[in-house]
Amino acid sequence: MRRFFSLILIIGFGFYLVTVIGRIPFAATGEAKGSVGVQIVNDTVNDTGAANAVTSVVVLYRGFDTLGEVTVLFLAALGMSLLLKGTEEVKARVFDESFILKTGSYLLFPFIVLFGLYIIVHGHLTPGGGFPGGVVIATAFFIIVMTSEMVRLRENLVSILESLAGLTFIALGIAGLLGTKNSFLANFMGKGVFNTILSAGIIPFIYAAIGIKVGSELTGAVGSMFLSPFGKQEEAGE
Amino acid sequence: MINYFFLLLVIVMLGSAIAIIFIRNLLAAVIVVTVVSLVASILFIFIASPDVAITEATIGAALTTVIFVLALSRTKKKT
Repeated sequence: MRRFFSLILIIGFGFYLVTVIGRIPFAATGEAKGSVGVQIVNDTVNDTGAANAVTSVVVLYRGFDTLGEVTVLFLAALGMSLLLKGTEEVKARVFDESFILKTGSYLLFPFIVLFGLYIIVHGHLTPGGGFPGGVVIATAFFIIVMTSEMVRLRENLVSILESLAGLTFIALGIAGLLGTKNSFLANFMGKGVFNTILSAGIIPFIYAAIGIKVGSELTGAVGSMFLSPFGKQEEAGE
Repeated sequence: MINYFFLLLVIVMLGSAIAIIFIRNLLAAVIVVTVVSLVASILFIFIASPDVAITEATIGAALTTVIFVLALSRTKKKT
C-alpha cells in the first residue's frame, strides 16, 4: 500500500514538473531564444557599469537571492560549529608536523590570501567574486591551522568579522531603500569609469562584504571541526 | 583537435566517477571525487563560463576535500 502511494506521488510530481518545465520557453530557435540572456548582455554595461555581466546578475539583478544564499551558508556553518564544538577545552596534539611542511605553508600563506583578495576586489571586472575569493582565503587558513600547532584560531575575532560583514551587506541594501532609487539593494552610487576598480556602484563593496563573510565563516566552521572534542583523537604514536 | 581533448577529459571524468563506487579505500575515494571536480572545472572553462570554473575549483576541489578528509580522520573504521 505504501509503495502504491509512493508511486502515485512520484507520478504526480513528475507530471507537475513536465507541465511546468514544458511551459518555460527554452526554445533553440524563434523569438523566445535566450531573450533574457541576450537582453542582460546588451544592457548590463549601461545599467550597472560592471564589466563582468555575471557579477552584475549575481549582485544587482538578483541581489536578494544572493542575500538568501549567504544566509543559507551562514546557517550551515552555524549548525556545523554548534554540533562539533564541545563544552570542554580541547588539548593540543602533542606532536608537531615536519619542519619542511610547516615552513612551506608559512611561505604559501600570504600568496594564497593575496590571490583571494585579488579575486574578491576584481569581482566586477574579471571572473570570480566574493564567494570563490572567500573560499580561497579560508583555504589559506586551513593550511596554516592544519600544519602548525602554534597557530590558534581566535574564534571570537572570526565571528565578529563575519557578523560585521553580514551587517554591511544589509546596511548597503537598506541604504538603497532610503536613497532616490527607493528599492532594496538598489545601485545608489555612481557607476564611475568603466573597467576600473571603483566602478559599478555598490558591487565592489557588496562583494568585499560577501568575501569577508564567506572567508571567516568557513574558517570558523572548519576550524571548529579541527578542534572538536568529538570523534577519534589522534594518538601520538600513530 | 579540441574535440579529442574534450573527449579525453569527459572519459577521465566518467571513469573516475564510476571508479568511486568500486574503491574500497575511503581516502582514495575522496581524492578521486576531487579529480571529478577538477575535470569539471576545466570543462567549464571550455564552455566559456570562467566564473563557474573558479567556483567549482575552489569549492569542489579544495573545500569539499578538506571537509571529507577531516571527517574521515575523525571517524573510526568499522571492524
